Amino acid sequence: MNVLKGRSVRAWAGFAGAAVLLFAIAPLALSDFRLGLLAKYLCTAMVAVGICLAWGRGGLLTLGQGVFFGLGGYAMAMHLKIADAGPGNLPDFMQLYGTATELPWWWKPFENPAFALAATVLLPMAVAALLGLFIFRRRVKGAYFAILSQALAAALAIWLIGQQATTGGTNGLTDIQGFFGYSLDDPVNQRMVYFVIAAALLLLMAIARQLINSRYGELLVAVRDSEERVRFLGYDPANVKLVAYVVAAGMAGLAGALFVPAVGIISPALIGIVPSIEFVIGAAVGGRASLVGAVLGAIAVAWAKTALSEEFPAAWTYFQGLLFIVALAFLPGGLASLAVLVRRRKAVERKTAVIPVGEAA
Amino acid sequence: MTVILGQTFTGISIGAVLLLIALGLSLTFGQMNVINMAHGEFIMAGAYTTYVLQKSISSAGISLLVALPVAFLVSGALGALLEWLLIRRLYLRPLDTLLVTWGVSLMLQQLARDIFGAPNVQTRAPDWLTGNITVIGGDDPLTFANSRLFILGLAVAAVVALSLTLRLTPLGRRIRAVVQNRDLAEVSGISTSTVDRTAFFLGSGLAGVAGVALTLVGPIGPTMGTNVIIDAFLVIVVGGIGQLKGTVIVAFVLGVLQSVLEYSTTVSVAKVLVLVAIVAFLQWRPQGLYTLRTRSLV
Amino acid sequence: MSELEIRGLRVTFDGFTAVDGVDLDVAPGDLRFLIGPNGAGKTTLVDAVTGLVKAEGSAKFGGAELLGRPVHRIARSGIGRTFQTATVFEELTVLQNLDIAAGAGRSRWTMLRRRKDVPEAVAQAMETVGLTDLADSPAGTLAHGQKQWLEIGMLLVQDVKLLLLDEPVAGMSHDERQATGELLQRISEERTVVVIEHDMDFMRSFARSVSVLHAGKVLSEGTVAQVQADPKVQEVYLGHVEDTAVVQEA
Repeated sequence: MNVLKGRSVRAWAGFAGAAVLLFAIAPLALSDFRLGLLAKYLCTAMVAVGICLAWGRGGLLTLGQGVFFGLGGYAMAMHLKIADAGPGNLPDFMQLYGTATELPWWWKPFENPAFALAATVLLPMAVAALLGLFIFRRRVKGAYFAILSQALAAALAIWLIGQQATTGGTNGLTDIQGFFGYSLDDPVNQRMVYFVIAAALLLLMAIARQLINSRYGELLVAVRDSEERVRFLGYDPANVKLVAYVVAAGMAGLAGALFVPAVGIISPALIGIVPSIEFVIGAAVGGRASLVGAVLGAIAVAWAKTALSEEFPAAWTYFQGLLFIVALAFLPGGLASLAVLVRRRKAVERKTAVIPVGEAA
Repeated sequence: MTVILGQTFTGISIGAVLLLIALGLSLTFGQMNVINMAHGEFIMAGAYTTYVLQKSISSAGISLLVALPVAFLVSGALGALLEWLLIRRLYLRPLDTLLVTWGVSLMLQQLARDIFGAPNVQTRAPDWLTGNITVIGGDDPLTFANSRLFILGLAVAAVVALSLTLRLTPLGRRIRAVVQNRDLAEVSGISTSTVDRTAFFLGSGLAGVAGVALTLVGPIGPTMGTNVIIDAFLVIVVGGIGQLKGTVIVAFVLGVLQSVLEYSTTVSVAKVLVLVAIVAFLQWRPQGLYTLRTRSLV
Repeated sequence: MSELEIRGLRVTFDGFTAVDGVDLDVAPGDLRFLIGPNGAGKTTLVDAVTGLVKAEGSAKFGGAELLGRPVHRIARSGIGRTFQTATVFEELTVLQNLDIAAGAGRSRWTMLRRRKDVPEAVAQAMETVGLTDLADSPAGTLAHGQKQWLEIGMLLVQDVKLLLLDEPVAGMSHDERQATGELLQRISEERTVVVIEHDMDFMRSFARSVSVLHAGKVLSEGTVAQVQADPKVQEVYLGHVEDTAVVQEA
């Protein structure tokens, strides 16, 4: 009981510290430009929260999070483009490439802000639920699941590129001006977007923490480590995995939706195979099974990418490749496992073995 | 009628390319259960090998024929090196292997960019591969491109060679023994680590051969591997792990499906529809087309 | 009336018939041992009953047909099993392992909340299998025998009526075997237990009834003494009718 209390006190302290850092210190210490970049990194971290749940806890290597990020992002951007164009007008790119004189039917519902906002989270969750139902029910797992989810990311990106007249093709939806009536050119409003993103990240972390610590969270780890055994206990592992997959998809969708006002663009290049796998590396470096580790890892990798890739693009690619190799081959628990090691060393001689994060082979 | 025949032939030739790029994977992924995302870069290495050879050998025909064995050796050596450096440490962690080899793939792509530059390069096809064979003449002619026929022949030859190697040679017997029961193979005096490395050499070498073939149908560039790798993995997944005949059948079926769908819709819609078809197929056969039914827990 | 009623059960793998028309009745409260040489089809029989492999014929539990139902439904109807190699959730603690086993019927709302205390059934099961002191240890750190007990404990909290145990004492020391046997006898007072075993001493000490499987068929059935006296059994085990004495010692 005391252990539990100690843990929750530490968690509350952590949340409070993170809130102070995100809401007070970062806005004061960083320029508007830097704060904008941080907002972008935090969006990546939101995706990592879902990856921590699905992959770290559930063993589902989701290499297609870009799909859900993209669905959320496009849902938001479609609404903002329609709003930017004003009533009766077509979004700029449609006038440029298209021959259509009115909005395509599948754009129309997104004119409604409430529908668009709900869709940013619910659409990715619905797609994940449908796909997950098919995949998990038939016990497609491990590498098969990873490859299928990757193929999904590739397919969505290719499809978006192919439909230039209605999706903006390779360029995506760009040059977004306003966010529900607020001009995104105004630094004050940009700051507001940052605060929304920071709050959303903390909220997602709280949700994920509750799930991880619940009985469901224990069951999820059990499914990761021995799916068949769980089945013999009378559970249907497909449902257990489905919940984690759908929740992770919703989180990625929200991240994509908030990415749009923060950066002003969503495009196929942000959601295909390569960005999808990049979402995973942050979580892997920080520690896939540790919530805090995954979030910090995602922020750090996103930061390193910006810092390095603009000046030394070649060096960044080598570095990124090395990150994958070192983090996964030699430190599968991520940096968080180092922290755990240190903590265990400090702890009084309790008979505990250091167990590396296993692979749901 | 000509259209149907023409599309079918296009499909079969897409299938032949798929088969070539997936064949090496059927060994490394299918038999050894290693997910090597750098397989695409071994294909790329084969393609660049062809390019380099053509620069030093003036005859396009000779350089192409020389490229086949050389690319096999180059990519095979890269594969064996990768196995020795990284993969042998990761045999029990397939998903980690996937991500680690993705990292390797990133580095190899950048290496190609640093050596050959980011823009795509091209090779000249030899004269005897540039023409067409006219199958049906007249107003509505049906022609087969020579280069496509060459690739088809190459794919068939590669399948036969691999299949004979696995069935008839001592090496093939050892590979199958290790795949079926690693521990038993080890205590029977087979050096499993040598077998692993040799199998990886063969599988990666086949990727190099696929790379040579790809130079005949498209440009050579640092990202050419990424573009084909997912398709190749899907072929294995649908065909069934460790089943050569599954790989062959599925490669051609997916090729024809892709070609027919492309003809009736667009390239991008066809890609999406093929994926939907694959997910639907896995509902019916979750373990792929051909499986070994065994009494195991997993 | 028998609780488990198997009729004409057949399992084939790609042309190889692993179980070839087995009839088997297990009465409530029985402690039945399934013995037989390697490849006799013992584990496959259990696999078929628990839904892991497809089978023809019929297997009824409490009158309800089991064949064709998904694994987790069969488990929920009150049948639990263990595997030859102990499979517990290595990264979870003993308490968490048992709590999961107890929870297949929990509401969604309960699932999404944290475990606040130790459920009564879990505490009892820990006491029964003697792991109370190790409640907070990760299952991966348990000794082999303790893992087997934990698995049995998981079946107890799962509240199954029929336990199917696949070589539960393999690799255990003599004392551990004794303790396990006594545990199984206690359990079988309230539940039905079927044990696959190779260890003849263990069988002689604890079996209430025995079925001998050979080449996918039931060769002999009865009490320990009846089965041992059966010349067919002696032939299968030794190939010679003369070496009866050895069977009894082996």
